[in-house]
Amino acid sequence: MLKLVRYLKPFTVMIIAAIVLLFVQAMSDLSLPDYMSDIVNKGIQQGGIENAVPKALRQSTMNKLTIFMSDRDKAKVNKSYTFVDSSNVDYDKYVKDYPTLADEPIYILTETDKLEIDLLNPIIGKAILAVSGIEKAKTEAKDGQIELNGTKIPANVDLFALLAKQPIEKRTEFTQSMSEKFTALGDNMIIQAAIGPIKSEYQALGINTDKIQSDYIMSAGVLMLLISLLSAACTVLVGLLAARVAAGLSKNLRKDIFAKVESFSNTEFDKFSTASLITRTTNDITQIQMLVIIMIRMVVYAPIMGAGGVIKAIGKSSSMSWIITLAVVLLLGLILSVFVVAMPKFKMIQKLIDRLNLVTRENLTGMMVIRAFNTQEFEEKRFDKANTDLTNTNLFVNRVMVFMMPAMLLIMNGVTLLIVWVGAYQIANSAMQVGDMMAFMQYALQILFSFLMLSMMFIMIPRASVSAQRVAEVLDAKPTILDPKDPKNFDKVEGIVEFINVSFRYPGAEEDALKNISFKAIPGQTTAFIGSTGSGKTTLINLIPRFYDASNGQVLIDEVDVRMVTQHDLREKIGYVPQKGSLFSGTIESNLRYADENATNEDINEAANIAQAMEFISERPEGIAAEISQGGANVSGGQKQRLSIARALVKKPEIYIFDDSFSALDFKTDSVLRKALKAQTEKSTVLIVAQRISTIMNAEQIIVLEDGKIVGIGTHSELMKSCEIYQEIALSQFSKEELA
Amino acid sequence: MSERNMRTNQVRPMGRQGGQMGPGGGMMHGGEKARNFKGTMKKLIKHLNAYKLSIIIVIVFAAASSIFTIVGPKMLGQATTKLFEGTLGKIGGMDASIDFEYIGGIIITLLGLYILSSLFGYIQGWVMSNVSMKVSYGFRRDISEKINRMPLRYFDSTNHGEVLSRITNDVDTLSQTLNQSMTQIITSVTTVIGVLIMMFSISWSMTLVALFILPISMLLIMFVAKRSQKYFKEQQVYLGHLNGHVEEMYGGHVVMKAFNGEKKSVEKFEGLNEKLYGVAWKSQFLSGMMMPIMSFVGNIGYVAVSVLGGWLAIKRTIEVGDIQAFIQYVRSFTQPIAQLANISNVLQQTAASAERVFEFLAEEEETPETEHPVKLEHVHGSVEFQNVHFGYKEDKIIINDFSAHVKPGQKVAIVGPTGAGKTTMVKLLMRFYDINQGAILIDGHDIREFSRWDLRAMFGMVLQDTWLYNDSIMENIRYGRLDAADEEVKAAAKAAHVDSFVHTLPDGYNMVLNEEASNVSQGQKQLITIARAILADPRILILDEATSSVDTRTEIQIQKAMNNLMRNRTSFIIAHRLSTIRDADLILVMDHGDIVEQGNHQELLAKGGLYAELYNSQFEIAQAI
Repeated sequence: MLKLVRYLKPFTVMIIAAIVLLFVQAMSDLSLPDYMSDIVNKGIQQGGIENAVPKALRQSTMNKLTIFMSDRDKAKVNKSYTFVDSSNVDYDKYVKDYPTLADEPIYILTETDKLEIDLLNPIIGKAILAVSGIEKAKTEAKDGQIELNGTKIPANVDLFALLAKQPIEKRTEFTQSMSEKFTALGDNMIIQAAIGPIKSEYQALGINTDKIQSDYIMSAGVLMLLISLLSAACTVLVGLLAARVAAGLSKNLRKDIFAKVESFSNTEFDKFSTASLITRTTNDITQIQMLVIIMIRMVVYAPIMGAGGVIKAIGKSSSMSWIITLAVVLLLGLILSVFVVAMPKFKMIQKLIDRLNLVTRENLTGMMVIRAFNTQEFEEKRFDKANTDLTNTNLFVNRVMVFMMPAMLLIMNGVTLLIVWVGAYQIANSAMQVGDMMAFMQYALQILFSFLMLSMMFIMIPRASVSAQRVAEVLDAKPTILDPKDPKNFDKVEGIVEFINVSFRYPGAEEDALKNISFKAIPGQTTAFIGSTGSGKTTLINLIPRFYDASNGQVLIDEVDVRMVTQHDLREKIGYVPQKGSLFSGTIESNLRYADENATNEDINEAANIAQAMEFISERPEGIAAEISQGGANVSGGQKQRLSIARALVKKPEIYIFDDSFSALDFKTDSVLRKALKAQTEKSTVLIVAQRISTIMNAEQIIVLEDGKIVGIGTHSELMKSCEIYQEIALSQFSKEELA
Repeated sequence: MSERNMRTNQVRPMGRQGGQMGPGGGMMHGGEKARNFKGTMKKLIKHLNAYKLSIIIVIVFAAASSIFTIVGPKMLGQATTKLFEGTLGKIGGMDASIDFEYIGGIIITLLGLYILSSLFGYIQGWVMSNVSMKVSYGFRRDISEKINRMPLRYFDSTNHGEVLSRITNDVDTLSQTLNQSMTQIITSVTTVIGVLIMMFSISWSMTLVALFILPISMLLIMFVAKRSQKYFKEQQVYLGHLNGHVEEMYGGHVVMKAFNGEKKSVEKFEGLNEKLYGVAWKSQFLSGMMMPIMSFVGNIGYVAVSVLGGWLAIKRTIEVGDIQAFIQYVRSFTQPIAQLANISNVLQQTAASAERVFEFLAEEEETPETEHPVKLEHVHGSVEFQNVHFGYKEDKIIINDFSAHVKPGQKVAIVGPTGAGKTTMVKLLMRFYDINQGAILIDGHDIREFSRWDLRAMFGMVLQDTWLYNDSIMENIRYGRLDAADEEVKAAAKAAHVDSFVHTLPDGYNMVLNEEASNVSQGQKQLITIARAILADPRILILDEATSSVDTRTEIQIQKAMNNLMRNRTSFIIAHRLSTIRDADLILVMDHGDIVEQGNHQELLAKGGLYAELYNSQFEIAQAI
């Protein structure tokens, strides 16, 4: 898996950009509950008034407030407000905003620095509480007496004037006692308490307070909308980047793996198997592409979201963060235990499905035998066992999985309830506001979801990483057959094939497949190989085009070791006809031209003629332009073989290799074809692997193989006399093929 | 095969939300459609009738589970409202406090409801998975039993992969989607209705705003889906081209190498790869747009609810807690809607799978058995063909008017070139196929008068295709007669020369043949099938003499084993060996599916027909040897 990381490199910039965008997205998503909380706390609860620092005050109010401030605070407040009266240049403008200005001068807040305002908050807040306390006492006056801090004062006394005359210590003390109730609850509570008087002050100034409130909510809403737009834009961009990275990466990967596989020799094909190589190049890469997209879009996103959620939630209320911890622990515990219980069964299910498939396949392939032996019932029982096993295991897993959803829901719902319950106490203690609690709930859910997402990833990633592993294996495999560093050239163009003491062992095998093979095949002659299955015929001829390399000894062509020239040069000399005629999609012509793109039409026709392919080619309306489907699926085995032979003939090589290429031909075609071939290949070296004695009877040299060893070389008549194994083969074939 | 299975048969643990998970946007690409949706669904519903009670339980519990959940947000909202009022009162009226008793009451009630909801949800899931598992178990069993009742003819035109895929993939998809659609329809409908009621009970205007968001999201999704589908299709086409090239080049690797086609192949691949990339990222991107669009629309809903809710809260039309409840409702509203939008796709998938399964189950079966089958006390083994006409297809008769009489214990050789249809005779004798005209008689009775079971019990068969199954060698031989004792099995094994090699194998008779039965050689397999036939002890034998892939020594053993087997039995031999043919009492020469000549060796030679021609041409070679 890690081996493929380098494929991410070309996309580093894109990935970083995607991460940054994800960050923005997470932050945006996380800030939405913040604004919602503001709408509840400040918009609804505080009437849109954000803090205890009024944006404007009547002069009279300001005078009252300053009574309850220290000189230092007073100076600070004075600095933050400007005095406006009818002489002000902007009078006309101000009087529109604050109609009361017409009757009385006002102070307008000029300070905009948020930090300064935070400092002003408690100063003005406390003063406001003091003033409003006195005014409240005034309105509650009974019998012409005002009760203030335990002393009774006549109602007609100007309390503010009275207080103003008091020494500063006295006043501070008074302020303290007025705001005592609230200071105990923190600055936040002072602000909340000061909102009421400020609202009255605004009304006194002639400001429309309802408008303040709805404006606040609207502006918060607009902000939220912008943020969600930003979030959506980020998501779309991330999606775009992820798609490009994933598609690009899989393109590169696919390109590399394909080029790699094309460079493989048969050894690697044997090792991986063709089917597996195909899956690795196609499906596995698609899996990786999916994984990359998921990685970028979710695996990266979830932790950012989770961490952000935790930070935000702690910001709202650190004392409630244990609820989140508890929820996460519960959730992970649930997921973990479900998977501990279900995982082994999951693996079993795959095996049981394979078992069911196996039994079914056996039932299908053995249909005749089953009916012949009247064992249908037995088979049904066998199937039923596989079916029952699968059903029971599936049922178990399903029941466990079905448990997940309701349990998860319960955890989430339980968390919400817990937050409300604990939050209620927090609110009662004024440690948080209602809006904060609502936001906290959202954060908690977001955190849980990100953990959920992550745990899903942990299920998906191992599956995709298997694919990555399989792809990496192919990329890491070193082709065993490579071109030499300083390739030689063929000096002669003859086509002499010589084996000197060649032994060959398949990788991992315990025994040599070929042992000490020595022979020489010369142009103008046919050299044939015969022997039972597994005697090493095909293995032997595969060494000539370097499909495999000899383990010991030398394979020489025109006196040059095949390992000393490039594979390209070597194969240029060889016309190879495989055992199973394999064709490629295209037309008959394109398949024949595969050997030589520059072949003339005459060459093509002649080759088809010799290979006895013209007969069926001309039967087709399109003739030589007839369509060949993938792998040559639309022509018969015999036709495939004949086209394969024609293909090799088009090449006009010095060496022909026929690997059991006549087996699918009937006797008549076989003999006609061989006669025609003989004329064409007069100057070439011809190597034939065959099963039928009749195919090779006329060869100049017949090599008999048994268990990878040469047990006889000679002509048919020589071998009939001298070679026991050849005789055995010949005799068994005579009877066997008598009528075939 | 197993690799492919891995992929197609993945158990989908998250099946229920499969539609929304992952960026693949699986929800949009529905897959193939059933040809007759309505009819199939009717059949399926009828089939499900057996599970009526369970399904009613599922419906009731699923609905109840959703209803309990739906009540939650509103009640919780009331708690929040109480909290809010308490706080306000505290700030304003100084002495007010939060009504913990009320809030506590709500929370306890809700906790109860939530627990009930989850419990009901679980019960629903439990019952539903029982139903779906039983359904798939039943379908699989039906299919497997069906296979045994179908005529061989059917499998001439259907490949095994197709049947396999019905048993695994189709049945799997059927039960999965059944599970999914059933649960989803119920919960989604309940949720949508319930949430709507709740939302309306809170505020008309907010509900209308929330509902207004739906068509917007529908439009957006349709807009993207249309484009996405176009690219998706293109992507599949190019992927197909590319995979085709890969398969072809890997499959013909040796040829590609031999003709120095590497460069050409890589160039073609790169062209295809580039094209694929061009549409792949677009397709991926567009299908990945669904989630952001949904969440954006969701966010708009969130904003709209927050703002409008705030505004209404000031006006005292709704309470603060209502905003909270509403946010939760809007959030839980979009998912079931998306599920319902997807449900038609899921149902289509269900119908498509169900259709294939039903189709298979409705396939024509073997002609019914005769009502009063003949029972023979003792089978002599005479076989008579009376004017037999047969063709694999009605309009293409290959055996024309064939008649012959085989006396008990006689040896019949069937000869002819490869592909001449030599196994046809076997298939007719054992009634794998019924002849079109004429009759085949055994001991004077038409084979159609026997029950198939009795008829086939008379025969023993050893074919070139050495079919064995994944079990021990002992069990594979016992297959000839399932009630045979171990000793009988071993005796048969000795007669078939199995005993001589079995001891060289690990575990001897108990060695389990692997899935491809490749842990014994071809020749050994042949001997095991002979042992199996010996154990069956049939009156009439059918043998395929093919020995092409067997070494000389094994061949001699097989020959001996076959001779043991043939003693005193009527036998039909697909013959390759000269000695067999010469000795045969009757030789049937086949060509192009038909029996062109019959007689013994001398008669046929004298006739100077195809047999003589073939024999003489071989004789020349024999002379040369």
